[in-house]
Amino acid sequence: MTALLTQNVFWIITIVKVVLLLVIVLTVDAYLTWFERKVVAHIQSRWGPHRVGPHGLLQPAADGLKFLFKEDPTPAGVDRFAYYLAPFLALALSLTALAVIPFGPKPIVLFGQKIYLWIANPDIGLLILFAITALSVYGVALAGWASNSKYSLLGGLRGSAQMISYELSLTMSVVGVLLMANTFSLQGIIEAQANAKHGIGILGWNIFAWTHQGLFWPQIIGFICFFTSAMAETDRAPFDLPEAESELVAGFHTEYASFKFAMFFIAEYTAMITVSCLATILFFGGWLSPFPQSSFWLWQLTHYIPSVTLIPFGLWVIYDGIKYETIFGKLILPGVGAAMVAIGAALIAFPAVNEFIQPVFWFTAKVFVFLFFYVWARGTLPRLRYDQLMNVGWKLLLPVSIANVIVTALVILLRRYR
Amino acid sequence: MSPALLIFFVLAGLAVLAALSLVVQRHPIHSALSLIVVMVCLAGLYLLIGAEFVAAVQIIVYGGAIMVLFVFVIMLLNVGEEERTDFSKLAKFAGLPLALALTASIAAAVVKPDLGAAGVARAAIPNATAQISSMLFKEFVYPFELTSFLILVAIMGALVLAQREKK
Amino acid sequence: MVPTNYYLVLSAILFGLGTVAFVFKRNIITIFMSIELMLNAVNLAFVAFSQAFGKVHGQVFVLFVIVVAAAEAAVGLGIIILIQRNRQSLNVEKVNLLKL
Repeated sequence: MTALLTQNVFWIITIVKVVLLLVIVLTVDAYLTWFERKVVAHIQSRWGPHRVGPHGLLQPAADGLKFLFKEDPTPAGVDRFAYYLAPFLALALSLTALAVIPFGPKPIVLFGQKIYLWIANPDIGLLILFAITALSVYGVALAGWASNSKYSLLGGLRGSAQMISYELSLTMSVVGVLLMANTFSLQGIIEAQANAKHGIGILGWNIFAWTHQGLFWPQIIGFICFFTSAMAETDRAPFDLPEAESELVAGFHTEYASFKFAMFFIAEYTAMITVSCLATILFFGGWLSPFPQSSFWLWQLTHYIPSVTLIPFGLWVIYDGIKYETIFGKLILPGVGAAMVAIGAALIAFPAVNEFIQPVFWFTAKVFVFLFFYVWARGTLPRLRYDQLMNVGWKLLLPVSIANVIVTALVILLRRYR
Repeated sequence: MSPALLIFFVLAGLAVLAALSLVVQRHPIHSALSLIVVMVCLAGLYLLIGAEFVAAVQIIVYGGAIMVLFVFVIMLLNVGEEERTDFSKLAKFAGLPLALALTASIAAAVVKPDLGAAGVARAAIPNATAQISSMLFKEFVYPFELTSFLILVAIMGALVLAQREKK
Repeated sequence: MVPTNYYLVLSAILFGLGTVAFVFKRNIITIFMSIELMLNAVNLAFVAFSQAFGKVHGQVFVLFVIVVAAAEAAVGLGIIILIQRNRQSLNVEKVNLLKL
């Protein structure tokens, strides 16, 4: 038994990592729906969910239970294989894309085994991500067609045409970053932004791309093209005509009930998380801190930023919990706040753990900022009409991203040969 | 059996099963889905060989664009199941054995290729992506530019063909 | 490692299956898909040989085959749409007269 364990340690570690990642991502998905409903509600001057649990925090659990217990009808005349395949395909592909995302640079050393903070780090990580994104068009197309319904077919065709149009500008807008990093692997792209010799922090990120070597071309246009294309690729507002409620009932997932609809839902939010992770890795330095990593005392102080954010926030949650209306809230919220304060204090007490948590904290913070952008855009911007959408994709974003590639290549060439 | 051989047999078996499914299925959409499975299996085999870039391009271009085009056309034209026709009695009896004979003759020609020293299975080519890109822009630059022209011609052809007649 | 002739036999089997589908099927789209299957089988042979000889020329050629297959699929599907429009049928046996 132990011989079996010691020979296949790599597989056991990988399976544990996969299970852990799935659990974490599904929980984050659930609370992302809560976060979105709260933020969109506050943008629209209302409260959002605030009855189910303190501040509506148990709303995702209630939604999950509802999805599990709802009736699951299958409409007549559907193509059975494609109808049942489409939500599985969408969900499986969305979750698979998370396998190549690196969450931190240093490995955890446990029992003499180095456990890295990613599931796989292939040399062509970015290409694999794009391949999985390319395949996820089938979830939408098959769902729309197999449902044997006018609205679904229209929504499915529009959605898949939109996705393949914006895939082009998505991949082209990233080529500038690839030219600067010289590698397809996501961990290599972050390392290329680290500028380890000079340690310049935020200025070294690809969005500013400042280098000591002379000419540089900040990838701002690339980032704007990338984020807009990604918003259209994941069918999110303001590009969500295929699933718009007032236009097409519910678009390609009209005929899907309870759990199959939940699968599409989870697939969409997981795609949001994947795209936010990609945006931070490619353009905003991944896990790199915005402050330079030298031994100057000011920059060393910034290592305490995780604690400095956690402890006051925890204290505020405790204060809010003590004054909350329901008894349940009076019990849970101070508990959550106390846990946050304890974690913040532990980070100050154990500097080794603090050093390890630094990259993960910055990565999570940046991903959170991008998720907030996503939700903010949904709450603020009106929907684009379908022909406007296709015009933006083909006539605006594609030429601009190609021009960005050409300029980046020119700048790198001039820098090398001047 | 080494892990590489095991993965090869799994992927190859799946590819052959999917190709059989393409032949046997009656509705074109199921044939299209089987072809997608074949392509993904082949991409896995390319990864096993060590041709990572080709595997990624296969999934992105073939599986994510060309097959999407096929699926679109099948959806838009509302293609139904195939009708059964009794066209030829000879085909019913001699068809399958002749097809097996064709496959067997091709397979017999390649089952022991005379590659000499090169026939030994070797490890993956190191840095294949960089070599492919340098070759595309140095030795094969003329076919590369010609293919871009070819794609332009194909786009124009498809646009002209799909236009509705002006009444 | 997997010997090269394993890949070549698989390529031959896939090519044979593609030929079978090409000859036996009536629907134009399925016939077109069998052509893609045959092209894929040939791609596999190219990549297997590229590994056998240790040079990347095979893989570069595979890229060109994929591009040409894409262009061919685009134009071919346009023609198929026209055939459906003019003859209202995708049965290849009905497309046997030059004039409607």
